[in-house]
Parts: sequence; C-alpha cells; structure tokens
Amino acid sequence: MPLSVAILTGSNVPIYRQIVEQVCAAAVSGRLHDDEPLPSVRALAEQLVLNPNTVARAYSELAREGVIESRPGRGMFVSRRRQIYSGAERRRRMEQAVTSLVAEAFMLGYTPAEIVELVEARTREGSPSASGKPSNKGGAR
Amino acid sequence: MTSSMPTTYDPSPDVGHDAVIHASGLTAYFGEQCVVDQLTLAVPRGSVFAFLGRNGSGKTTTIRMLLGLLPPTRGSSTVLGVDSRALTPAVRARVGYMSESHSLFDWMTVGQSGEFASRFHPRWNQRIFDSVVGHFRLAQRAKAGKLSRGERAGLALAITLAPEPELLILDDPALGLDPVARRSLLESMVYVTRGAERTILFSSHMLDDVERVADHVAVLDRSVLRASGSIETIRAGVRQLVLRFEPPAAPPSPLPPIRGLLHARRIDNELRLVIAAPDGDTHRAIRSLGAASVDDVPVSFADAMIGYLGDRGQQGFFLENAVLEPAGGAV
Repeated sequence: MPLSVAILTGSNVPIYRQIVEQVCAAAVSGRLHDDEPLPSVRALAEQLVLNPNTVARAYSELAREGVIESRPGRGMFVSRRRQIYSGAERRRRMEQAVTSLVAEAFMLGYTPAEIVELVEARTREGSPSASGKPSNKGGAR
Repeated sequence: MTSSMPTTYDPSPDVGHDAVIHASGLTAYFGEQCVVDQLTLAVPRGSVFAFLGRNGSGKTTTIRMLLGLLPPTRGSSTVLGVDSRALTPAVRARVGYMSESHSLFDWMTVGQSGEFASRFHPRWNQRIFDSVVGHFRLAQRAKAGKLSRGERAGLALAITLAPEPELLILDDPALGLDPVARRSLLESMVYVTRGAERTILFSSHMLDDVERVADHVAVLDRSVLRASGSIETIRAGVRQLVLRFEPPAAPPSPLPPIRGLLHARRIDNELRLVIAAPDGDTHRAIRSLGAASVDDVPVSFADAMIGYLGDRGQQGFFLENAVLEPAGGAV
C-alpha cells in the first residue's frame, strides 16, 4: 500500500515528527509491509509540499529508531526485524498509553481494582485484533 | 540535503562562502521615520529562508536595499559576495527577483512575456517557463493585462524561475493568491530546491506556508529583527507556560519584568506566557508570581511566531475592554 501521510500545519507537533509518527503507525499496523520501499526524500517532499530537509530529518529519525533502513543504491525500505522504539521512547509511549487509559477509566468511574481486572483480562486474550472493541461488561458503577 | 539530488547548478567561484546574503547593520530612514533598524543577518546557501513580518514591518525595504534598488541610510550588505550597491549585470543575472507588484507588460500575452524575458537571460529554460505557466493554468495567448492577481503571480513566477537563478528573492509572493494558486507557488518553491545549491529568500506573513517550505526564518517586527535562525532552533527556543491561580490569588497586574517574555495573555485565572530562551532569571521571576501550578505546554510554530510578532507585555483578550453596550446605551 502506498505511504499516505497527512500534514497538519499550525500543530504543536513539528512536521518532521508528524511524518515519523505516521510512518511508525503504518509499519506497526501492517499498512506498510516489511521490505516495502519508501518514496525518496525528494519525492515525498514534493508530494507533501514540504522542505526536503524536513523529510530528510524524519527519515533519519526513522532510521535511527530502526523502523526503516537505507539500502545503498536502492533507497529506503521498511525494516524487516524492527526494533521500533528505543528503550526510553518505548517506555515513554507506554506511559502515555497507560496515562490516557487510566484517565479515561477514572472519568468513567472505574476503581483501580476494576481497571487492573480489565487490563488482565484483555492481556490474557492476547494481542488486540484490529477490529476488537474492548468488552463493556462488568465493573461500571 | 542528500547528495543524490540532481542539480543543474554550476558551482560558482565563491564556493566556501556559505552565506549568499549578508547584511550588517542595515538601516533605512524615510525622512524621520526609521523603517529598517540595524538589521544584521546571513542567509545560508541552499536554504529556503523566510522573512516573516507584519505589513509595514520593513520586509520590502530590506529586500530593496539587498538588491541595490534603495541605498541604505547606514550599514551594508552583500549578495553572492558582492556589495549590494555595486551589483554588476553578471551578478544580477544570477539572482531572480519577483517584486510584490509583478512588473509585467499588460499588452503582451503570456507567451510573449516569456519570449521577451528570455532575450535578457542567456540561461533561459523554456521548459520551466511552460511548466509553471501550465501549473497556474494560464493560456499562452492570454493578455497579461487581463490576468487575475493570482495568474499574474504565476506569470511573474514563471519569468523569475525560467533563468534558473541560483538565488531567488520573492517579495510576498503569496499576496492575494487563492488557496490553489498558493499551493502552486509552494510546489514551485519546493521544485526549486531540487538544485541543492539554490537559495530562496521569500517574505511572507503566511505562517502555514513558512512552516511547510522554509528551513530558516527571520522575524522582522516594526523595523527590528527579533529572531533569525533555523526553524527548529527558533521553535525549540520558544516555550509556552500556563500558570493557574487559585482564587483569591490572581495573576498580578501589571506583570513584573520577566526575561525573554514575548507575550502574556490572561484569561480569568489563567496566565499564558510565551517566552524566548527562558533562563534561571526567567524561572525565578515566574515562581515569584505565586501561581498554584505552572505547566510547560508545547508551542506550535505559529504560536511561537505570533509571540514574536504580537504586542509585547501583558494582555488580556484584545477585545476585553471593548465592552458591549446594551442596545441603545450611550457610548
């Protein structure tokens, strides 16, 4: 599937970061396959109407994070065995996900014990399917 | 930029000189009025350099001084290593300049305008002219005088780009363009960066455009240069702090001096401060305000720029004091 990136100007997130995040998300979800070639810096800059340095910066960040790799003479490809996030970044993302989960759960009136119970049940089911919606049973006050 | 990018540019003799434009203490007075005040900046070779500022901030005057069209009252500048006041035709031929007013001959057709301009440029690339004209959907037989503002910009841009200048200076090219024409303009600018050694200096007040295509920015506010550098550096240097006060405590008014403060906005019990390069002094001053909480929130490029361009000092919502009168009430 061709890479599709949507750029939002005026955002709190710098443009190069928006590209990094969207390519990561596409690689994790499988929308971008392993070994899939990426457009050149030049091509993506022209497609998205961006300064090529911005795209180059996003690519070098993605390469550093192991999401994509450069194959000499052939361009950029989605990495096969990817260590998507470095230790600190992996931790940061997890913390972010937990924070928003807990905040949402508290807002809905769940107790800590109920949250743990639901998370345990969910992790026992294995990795979430793309369409799987969390069960709404039990726990609500 | 990677070396794989194709370039049609021939290295000029002054390679190694990494700035294509240098201005030092550039100052312009119109009578008693200071229009540009001691402007010092360098435009790196290969950059897309945005010159940001509100209307009347001195952008056009600066550009005119750089190009030697207006003698500075004080200070000096160089373009491609040559003093702006002594630019030879050979140097000028390496610079493409598109003025705000798009100097065109109204009685010529689009095609004739290109043909006419090509006679003055030995290195005229007709393919570029035709693609830009096509991009802006101009008919070759249309008369320049009958074109809309956006179409005139397209034609002027085609004439400016076709000689493949190594330095492109565009004075407010987005002025009066509709969104489609504006996008075509940006696409053309990105196209120019295919030549890794080509430099674009453009003035604008379109923050979205600047965020997309520029890698360097200089901010001119009321004749004075407030900031200059790479977009990421400038953005990283600007912070936004949100201070919350628990009643009866309230944001102090007026604010004590805070080093680096660009902009302060007060809404009810919240004070938002946009600050450039905060240091120890800044943080001490902020702690002394007695807020219940201080949060460092991410700042967008646009917010950072508006911090530089907006009015300094403490402000409420700018219509706060424009109290709505009851219908029929006395003014």
